[in-house]
Amino acid sequence: MSSALHISIAAEPLFNIGPLAVTNSLFTSWIVVLGISLLAVYVGKNLKKIPSYLQLLVEIPVGGIYDLAKSINGARAAIFFPFVFTAFIYIIISNWIGLVPGVGTIFLKIGEHGAEKAPLLRAPTADINTTLALALLSVGLVQFYGLKTLKMEYVKKFFNFKNPILTFVGLLELIGELAKIISFAFRLFGNIFAGEVLLIVTSFLVPFVVPTPFYGLELFVGFIQALVFSMLTLVFLNLATTHAEH
Amino acid sequence: MDSIAVALAIGLGAIGPGIGIGILSGKALEAIGRNPEATSKIQTNMILAIAFAEAIAIYALVMSLIIKFV
Repeated sequence: MSSALHISIAAEPLFNIGPLAVTNSLFTSWIVVLGISLLAVYVGKNLKKIPSYLQLLVEIPVGGIYDLAKSINGARAAIFFPFVFTAFIYIIISNWIGLVPGVGTIFLKIGEHGAEKAPLLRAPTADINTTLALALLSVGLVQFYGLKTLKMEYVKKFFNFKNPILTFVGLLELIGELAKIISFAFRLFGNIFAGEVLLIVTSFLVPFVVPTPFYGLELFVGFIQALVFSMLTLVFLNLATTHAEH
Repeated sequence: MDSIAVALAIGLGAIGPGIGIGILSGKALEAIGRNPEATSKIQTNMILAIAFAEAIAIYALVMSLIIKFV
């Protein structure tokens, strides 16, 4: 069975640029970034008072996430919005590109004499490196804004030697920050990778009709995970930048 | 032996989230029954909370996939 199904938990390297091994998910993420940039530049240059259909389509997620940010962060929404929206749009396109026919099914011969094969394209978020990078960025930004707005008070949250209980609480908070990174990374990676495996296995067992509802499910999961990522980032930013109540 | 480990990991890992999602949607339905005007608000929050509960099952799934394929 494993010979017919090609499931690899790690992204496979396609070729090397110097010391950098270009994996299939890195390659796909370049395509995603290029696509998003071109669309953004094109729509941004053709902004009109009476919007075209394309402009409307782009404005819907921008407005939706901005309203979400306003409902969570209030007045600070405008500061956090750019990063959160960038992460949202990158994650959602990365999740959905795995569902496009051809991604994960077009194989390339790699290795010394083409002995092994690897898919040419793979959803970027189905690779732990991408999601870990996103998680580090997000948690790093939370620390940055926490330090910027609360200054010493934010450091005191983690290192407080006034009494032993507060010292212990600070230790727990530190572990909590690390757990945030891990849960961010594994939630996104697990959902998307599990979805890909689910689709591969169902279309292997019953090739017709049966996989279709799972495609719908994966579209939904891709959207929900992008929303969960941006919403959690907003909530953590809000927690880090508000003064602790006593 | 590996197959047993995989089955146990995902099987045991799915119990908790299963119960959690059941409680969550049950309570959400109760809330909708009491206040049908708030359906859309309750629904979005329910789906978000379910996504968090589901993430626990996904951790178990990732572990079993790692055991299976690595």
